[in-house]
Amino acid sequence: MKTLVLADHDNKVLKDATLSVVTAAAKLGEVHVLVAGNNCELVADHAAKIAGVGLVLLAEDAAYEHELAENVAPLIVNLMSDRDAFLAPSTSTGKNVAPRVAALLDVMQISDILSVEGPDTFTRPIYAGNAIATVQSSDAKKVITVRGTAFEKAAREGGNAQVEKIGTTGDAGLSSFVSAELSKSERPELTSAKVIVSGGRALQNGENFHALIEPLADKLKAAVGASRAAVDAGYVPNDYQVGQTGKIVAPEVYIAIGISGAIQHLAGMKDSKTIIAINKDEDAPIFQVADIGLVGDLFKIVPELTEKLPG
Amino acid sequence: MKILVPVKRVIDYNVKPRVKPDGTGVDLSNVKMSMNPFDEIAVEEAIRLKEKGAATEIVAVSIGPAKAQETLRTALAMGADRAILIQTDDEVEPLAVAKLLKAVADEEQPGLVILGKQAIDDDSNQTGQMLAALMGRPQGTFASKVDVSGDSVSVTREVDGGLETVSLKTPAIITTDLRLNEPRYASLPNIMKAKSKPLTQKTPADYGVDTTPRLKTLKVAEPPKRQAGSKIADVDELITKLKNLGVVA
Ligand SMILES: Cc1cc2nc3c(=O)[nH]c(=O)nc-3n(C[C@H](O)[C@H](O)[C@H](O)COP(=O)(O)OP(=O)(O)OC[C@H]3O[C@@H](n4cnc5c(N)ncnc54)[C@H](O)[C@@H]3O)c2cc1C
Ligand SMILES: Nc1ncnc2c1ncn2[C@@H]1O[C@H](COP(=O)(O)O)[C@@H](O)[C@H]1O
Repeated sequence: MKTLVLADHDNKVLKDATLSVVTAAAKLGEVHVLVAGNNCELVADHAAKIAGVGLVLLAEDAAYEHELAENVAPLIVNLMSDRDAFLAPSTSTGKNVAPRVAALLDVMQISDILSVEGPDTFTRPIYAGNAIATVQSSDAKKVITVRGTAFEKAAREGGNAQVEKIGTTGDAGLSSFVSAELSKSERPELTSAKVIVSGGRALQNGENFHALIEPLADKLKAAVGASRAAVDAGYVPNDYQVGQTGKIVAPEVYIAIGISGAIQHLAGMKDSKTIIAINKDEDAPIFQVADIGLVGDLFKIVPELTEKLPG
Repeated sequence: MKILVPVKRVIDYNVKPRVKPDGTGVDLSNVKMSMNPFDEIAVEEAIRLKEKGAATEIVAVSIGPAKAQETLRTALAMGADRAILIQTDDEVEPLAVAKLLKAVADEEQPGLVILGKQAIDDDSNQTGQMLAALMGRPQGTFASKVDVSGDSVSVTREVDGGLETVSLKTPAIITTDLRLNEPRYASLPNIMKAKSKPLTQKTPADYGVDTTPRLKTLKVAEPPKRQAGSKIADVDELITKLKNLGVVA
């Protein structure tokens, strides 16, 4: 079986999410990676070094610079004429592009897989991860998105694949990129961080969030996350949201501060290795999944913790 | 401009889903069902566009059992003008839903189709993108802001790194994210009025769409359970734990 993996990148850096998809794809067959973008040769060079990659296809065109689905999907559809499975990460890019490819191929996508059970059989979470379905696809070609936390990352070094420049499909003339407002942070990325400090509605406002959560995260060299309530209330930007409909994370240590533990939040973090919860309500649902619970007022606990931590 | 809003009847988001002991699915008997929360946001956005004068008519459509009428009545009570129920007791996958919606769009010729980004039961996050592909139209997914002007629509999208704005030619497909708006509650008089708004009944066969599933569910299981751990007394104990975890030196 031949597979095609969509590389997630920003034309300069290959995102970690791609590495987990390579691992999933390798369970199905030979791995080809598509790098579609503009002036992104560097990314293709990186992709060629990933262990397990057999071939890198490089498609450069201004129409691909922002990975617009209208422009990238026809390219992928062409490449799928002699391949059996298309896999993309469950990132905002993957989730945007893959279903468009699936419909063009008349295939039912298998979203957010957790495991590969066989050439046509996969597990995936449904109902906010409260159930795990094992599904078997009857489609001749498979279109799959892959949950990054469910697969080991393929090694960034060790491969030596050939990079082949391929023709492009140009601009579909349906959509155009206008602007981006990307969060800048020196901290580790949420989906690949070893430690995450997350804050909830209890922080009351953005000032408290910055004054309490961030210094603690800095001391722990942690990424910062948030509940939907904290994002909706504007304490932090949307890309901090952890949960069923936000980012899925599974760090070594997840510290939930002033977060109640709604099922939608748990869906995004309950595969963390160790969960620590700080909440003033001893009956908060978060304590049902927490390995370590500290009951009390975060406005007292967090400053004391940050103060007493070494470093 | 007409707006088409697909709405799905799903388990209420406050209910904790339970897996059936025989492993065939999730138990939905005697469980509260509601409109998918992202679809409420879609209905609200359509109403706001109509209130602003950017839209003239809102058509809500649902594919599902007879009970999905209730979901459509909710959309009508919020402010949709009419509704279409494509009735079936079978489970219809996103690809088939998208094909049915395409057939409806061919008849209705909407300027915008606004869907939820994700149904909270199957968590597929694909129907809108598939519909856009089948219609050969642009897609603005995970929208947190929508601005219609002339024959284009500007959509600000929630992406992994922050926000991104794209401009789409209409007709276009939009899927909603949580921050797009806060849906209104239907008032009692509007709930009464909704009862007399038109609701057309159809079947998948009326549109000539084959809804045979492509995915077979072999098994539905509970995820591994996490055990609640222990409560600790104070910050000093927490620091000891963090040291044991190797997080701090
Ligand atoms: C369609 C849909 C999708 C959703 N997706 C997501 C998602 O992806 N991610 C997500 O997080 N949510 C999501 N939600 C929202 C979710 O249902 C909850 O509303 C949300 O997670 C609650 O956030 P919270 O825990 O910060 O706030 P709350 O539930 O209000 O909890 C605040 C907690 O802080 C505690 N507290 C208050 N003051 C203090 C103090 N001084 N010290 C210590 N503790 C204190 C309280 O005891 C309480 O437990 C979604 C909801 C819907 C309908
Ligand atoms: N059976 C259905 N009836 C009407 N709309 C649906 C149906 N299934 C999905 N949708 C729409 O598609 C969106 C995404 O669903 P999904 O791709 O299943 O996650 C939903 O938020 C709805 O707007």
